[in-house]
Amino acid sequence: MELTRMTAAELSAALAASEVSATEVTQAHLDRIAAVDDRVHAFLHVAADSALAQAADVDTRRAAGERLAPLAGVPVAVKDVFTTENMPTTCGSRILAGWHPPYDATITQRLKQAGAIILGKTNMDEFAMGSSTENSAFGPSRNPWDLTKVPGGSSGGSAAAVAAYAAPLAIGTDTGGSIRQPAAVCGIVGTKPTYGGSSRYGVVAFASSLDTPGPFGRTVLDTALLHEAISGHDPMDSTSIDAPVPPVVAAAREADVSGMRIGVVSELSGDGYQPGVLSRFAEAVELLESLGAKVSEVSCPHFGYALPSYYLIAPSEASSNLARFDAMRYGLRVGDDGTRDAEEVMALTREQGFGAEVKRRIILGAYALSSGYYDAYYGKAQQVRTLIIRDFDAAFGQVDVLVSPATPTTAFGLGERADDPMAMYLADLCTIPSDLAGNAAISVPCGLAPEDGLPVGLQVMAPALADDRLYRVAAAAEAALVGRWGQPLLASAKGLTS
Amino acid sequence: MTVTDTLVPYPEAVERYEPLMGLETHVELGTRTKMFCGCATTFGEEPNSQVCPVCLGLPGSLPVVNRMAIEHAIRIGLALNCEIASWCRFARKNYFYPDMPKNFQISQYDEPLCTDGWLDVTVDGGTVRVGIERVHLEEDTGKSLHVGGATGRIHGADHSLVDYNRAGIPLVEIVTKPITGTGANAPEVARIYVTELRDLLRSLGVSDVRMEEGSLRCDVNTSLSPRGSGVWGTRTETKNVNSLRSVERAVYFEIERQAAVLDAGGRIKQETRHFHEDTGTTTPGRSKEEAQDYRYFPEPDLVPVAPSRDWVEQIRAALPQTPAELRRVRAEQRIAWNVSEADMTALENAGALDRVAETVAAGASPADASKWWLGELARRANDAGIEVADLDITPAQVARIAQLVSTGTLNDRLARDVIDGVLAGHGGPDEVVAARGLAVVSDEDALTAAVDEAIAAHPDVAAKIRDGKVTAAGVLVGAVMKATRGQADGTRVRELILARLA
Repeated sequence: MELTRMTAAELSAALAASEVSATEVTQAHLDRIAAVDDRVHAFLHVAADSALAQAADVDTRRAAGERLAPLAGVPVAVKDVFTTENMPTTCGSRILAGWHPPYDATITQRLKQAGAIILGKTNMDEFAMGSSTENSAFGPSRNPWDLTKVPGGSSGGSAAAVAAYAAPLAIGTDTGGSIRQPAAVCGIVGTKPTYGGSSRYGVVAFASSLDTPGPFGRTVLDTALLHEAISGHDPMDSTSIDAPVPPVVAAAREADVSGMRIGVVSELSGDGYQPGVLSRFAEAVELLESLGAKVSEVSCPHFGYALPSYYLIAPSEASSNLARFDAMRYGLRVGDDGTRDAEEVMALTREQGFGAEVKRRIILGAYALSSGYYDAYYGKAQQVRTLIIRDFDAAFGQVDVLVSPATPTTAFGLGERADDPMAMYLADLCTIPSDLAGNAAISVPCGLAPEDGLPVGLQVMAPALADDRLYRVAAAAEAALVGRWGQPLLASAKGLTS
Repeated sequence: MTVTDTLVPYPEAVERYEPLMGLETHVELGTRTKMFCGCATTFGEEPNSQVCPVCLGLPGSLPVVNRMAIEHAIRIGLALNCEIASWCRFARKNYFYPDMPKNFQISQYDEPLCTDGWLDVTVDGGTVRVGIERVHLEEDTGKSLHVGGATGRIHGADHSLVDYNRAGIPLVEIVTKPITGTGANAPEVARIYVTELRDLLRSLGVSDVRMEEGSLRCDVNTSLSPRGSGVWGTRTETKNVNSLRSVERAVYFEIERQAAVLDAGGRIKQETRHFHEDTGTTTPGRSKEEAQDYRYFPEPDLVPVAPSRDWVEQIRAALPQTPAELRRVRAEQRIAWNVSEADMTALENAGALDRVAETVAAGASPADASKWWLGELARRANDAGIEVADLDITPAQVARIAQLVSTGTLNDRLARDVIDGVLAGHGGPDEVVAARGLAVVSDEDALTAAVDEAIAAHPDVAAKIRDGKVTAAGVLVGAVMKATRGQADGTRVRELILARLA
């Protein structure tokens, strides 16, 4: 079997049995990147040399009889928002072009410790602000299902890499849906773990109270394997939760929903949703019911205010987080020709270094926090956030998990929403509530929309620290759906074969 | 730029206007590591040698609160009689400046750790209670060095260098409530308040409080109210006040300057002013009216600080006595012990105060206790090059020696021998007395025989005494003492000699 078509679980088993070497697996993926990435543009930086060096190290250790972690020798692509000591980290921004961080993010470290092979850094919307990767300063990524469509965002490069078989696994971050939305529109699996369940140390901050690193995979089990490898308490991140990692891999293997109470969120459907998305979602819910789940409809009355609340809180935090990019210590410096003072250099650098969407959000956030407006905007948004958390609390009093479509529509065309920020923001309509509440959510493929033949994602949401429930439900749905389709959904993607 | 301010002579100014002050004091805490990372805080190291991704604010780095800094801040709050919040948060103060690694400072805004306390200070023999509005924690910024240009400030400099060793050092800001009703004493109250605060912080062991090194920095807010008007004027905030004397001079100058502006029908501008050590004047800095909005909001990278009541009470129980309490106890002791101010100071300098107190507690008179510790024992400690408190003799043993002297068992010379024995490890005073047979000879017959012997041996001296030259008796006393190996009571020997030769 072609190595790039194998799942991470299959690779892990083959590597453990020494049927294949980490070097062969890594080289196969580097070859695949070389073959497709000029069309997909999933990567901003391919770290061929260090990946092969890491692979050789894994092979040596395995040959020496060392017991290795499940992901040892399995390649992974990392969103360019995680700091990496031996690779550039740009966050898709001109302002950080060429910056080599002097330290590894906690998750980078954990991947290295697990022996996972870091293939390179993936493309993203600048500073994770966007839903299409079109806000990357280095050009957009493309959807492997249809190269004229966006792969979603902001972690679009990571999702596209996995969907293009350029990597079996990838890491992203989810602030308003930046893992689940690209996973949904690329027909793969993506999880936003519980906030604080995966470390933010070394994740270049967009919105600190929302940013959540998480895994992508082509199967639910693969995603769980990566989820488990990157999770757990980190003393370097004060918001990291000091609790055992939920048993996500075991839950993915059990894949049993019998007796589970599943609530369909009434507010996440209706006007603005693509008919094919709603019909595939409805079928998935029926399927789960047929597998023994108890399905009911649940109302979360404040979810309608989630998007406006998010677009005050996230930009407010971003306006402060992005203040450090001032040309003084690292990154781009513009206009330092001996005639300008420090303030002018700062202003020129920020003017030329940031893209339009980043500037829009910095201005929006600075305004929302400014004296006289704070209570009406940032303060009010935080109150709405509390109401959304209460909606979830009430819902999880009645059901074990909530479900909804992961996105209102399938992948849209490149350039289609680039000049319409509101239309772009609506792509995250279904994913934002879980970010605001800090609980866990997953997107798993549930079919193709009849009208455009593009993938639809089923979103499952669980209470904080009950991430294992996501995998139980998603794996059950996946098993039943793949059985019905006769093959994984991604096998029908045609973007790179035509 | 030279600004010559018109001034109203101080006595006139305070006659017409009532000053109002507020002091904001920044204290660098003496924690081993920084506020939000593990970097060292040593002063004066090579620039940018004590930095890491966190205190450099590198992208992706995150702060973690230093528990010791919280403990120090609580200690300060308790010593200043504040309420300690059971739950509070850090906030971000956003502004751009090259020595701010993140272009925001992690500080506290509307939820400070400590609130609503006071510090009593003594001015002219009376007590002024200075209200404390709040005590909060924040991180220090880096330190800029502006090279070239006339002012040493960023504007006009050729280039600037930044040292981030200071960035992230924990700072506590102590803000007073408005200080009113001090009248002409205002500048002195300000100085004494800062002095008292400095001594208090030093006694708490939370900071080295060195104004010259910047570990204690003071901003002084001053405004004037025309007497009887009940209306407070606009305040100015004077920065760069880097010594105790400067605190006093800055307030003094601002009173004279503001009075002149008001007298001329002018209006005080709300502004930041810089104090100049050389001239004792202030000049305008950034105007608050065009000042930026700091856009404070709760720091999302940190979880709230919620010190448990148990922890706060543990800290309270371990607080040392404040300098004010120590002064009061000292004054009471000095009176009770009936020692001079000079002797009291000598006891303090010798580190012997506690020993004296314990010796008194063990039954010695205060006069005896201070006499032995200040005299014989201080001398021996000095000879041995150690602290008095480190001598191998207990206050109880000193008290016993004093008792043996007062009951006549020992004289001072024998007592010194006993001290030698105790210090040499030969046991307690009673054991040394017994072992060396050091008790004073009190057998009258034996003494009389010794006296007679001495008279016989020195007929010329005896003759002089008979002729009324009583002072010559010393020679005979000495002879008797020698004969008894110092164990006679000198006073009694003298009495016997004089009686024999009367």
